[in-house]
Amino acid sequence: MNLARREPRWAVTFTVLLGLILQVLPLPEWLSVVRPPFIVLAVIYWGIYAPHAGGIFAPWLAGLGLDVFKGDVLGQNALAVALVAYIAMSLHQRLRNQTLIQQSLFVFVVMSLNELVVWAIEGWSGHPGTTPWRWIQPMIGAMVWPFVSMLLSRTHVRI
Amino acid sequence: MAVFGSGSSRSFGGRGPSFGFRFFCYAVVSVVLMFYDRRGGWLDTARYGLQATVYPLQLAVNSPSAAWRWLKESFTTRETLQAEVDSLRLQLRDQQLIAMRQAALESENATLRGLSSALPEVIEKRLIGEVISKETSTLRQRLIINRGASSGVFKAQPVITGEGVIGQVFRLGPFSSEIILITDAEHALPVRVLRSGVPTIAVGTGRSTALELPFVPSNYDVKVGDLLVTSGLDKVFPYGLPVARVTKIEKDPAQSLAQITAVPLARIEAEREVLFIWSRANHPAAPATPAALAVEAPAK
Repeated sequence: MNLARREPRWAVTFTVLLGLILQVLPLPEWLSVVRPPFIVLAVIYWGIYAPHAGGIFAPWLAGLGLDVFKGDVLGQNALAVALVAYIAMSLHQRLRNQTLIQQSLFVFVVMSLNELVVWAIEGWSGHPGTTPWRWIQPMIGAMVWPFVSMLLSRTHVRI
Repeated sequence: MAVFGSGSSRSFGGRGPSFGFRFFCYAVVSVVLMFYDRRGGWLDTARYGLQATVYPLQLAVNSPSAAWRWLKESFTTRETLQAEVDSLRLQLRDQQLIAMRQAALESENATLRGLSSALPEVIEKRLIGEVISKETSTLRQRLIINRGASSGVFKAQPVITGEGVIGQVFRLGPFSSEIILITDAEHALPVRVLRSGVPTIAVGTGRSTALELPFVPSNYDVKVGDLLVTSGLDKVFPYGLPVARVTKIEKDPAQSLAQITAVPLARIEAEREVLFIWSRANHPAAPATPAALAVEAPAK
């Protein structure tokens, strides 16, 4: 049986693109601190529920888009998002059977890893300061995960 | 965590390489990209193309706030508009007064310099650009403007507003460009105190309302309220564009350098439009050329 054919490619493309737009939408600084990292959330969701639809290419491309958008070093977010996608895909069978709260914990861990990778690359590429606020992002991601997951589950029929 | 790239991904037989292998490939590509992006070179061309690709998306992302502005503008009351027209009229009268004296001053200056006629304006050409998006965080102070190489904009071109210098072109796309603001923590601008002629460097702080002058010795003549203008020594900006006004000077007897803060004249947070400028070549106020900056070798 070919699972990829039953996976919602259009929903994946659309929601990841939407995540990219939401992530770069200009907001006042205090609001952008608490903005959940939408791309990463979408990538984790599709990594778990449709690991064959976008593969690692779609998340990687979305991360690259984020790099171009934000003027970061090319490949920085691409690598971090691809890493998140890879972990979610590798563990998708286990994660599918977990409750939303358990998944939130997983989201927190991977997002911290994502943030760590970006932070390390920024340090290596010689960016000066960094705000400590960035480390709240995984927390916020974990908090909104149940809602994002419920919303995204409406876009497709879970196999 | 022991299952990475193993059993779970291979459970669908004949589906191509495993997740682990594919991730490895993308990771390698990313690292190569990062490496060459830092080095500059051929990736600049790639970025140029990418910038064009994401431009529609940038416009889309900006559309909600643009729509909101349009709505707000179309529903402004007659009174507000009238007030705005009145204040603009007043401003125009003030500017006309200044311009009236300008012509006289220019010819006077020409006489003093022993020239037969006044010099033409150093800014040869200007182009208005609209701000598409704005990032004013501590890490990065950037603008995206809807003008790019197709409008003749070039890399490291000076960008100003009606009030003063705002930044320079940092990355160039075909239809858009990224401006690094003078307040960006990675930006430094050679300036001169207009009153006393003290040359120094204005460094961005990451806050859109402050510049620092970290290299002024305590005994130099700088006062609160002094106007800073570009010195033209950076090969980018012509001489004499207003930049900032000194707001705070702290002198510690134990330190040889004073701590000076200045406020940029351009209202960075509020600006919707900017001006790209082209300087007249060979004008005395034009940005210094490498030849002009070179120290002459002693004659033998």
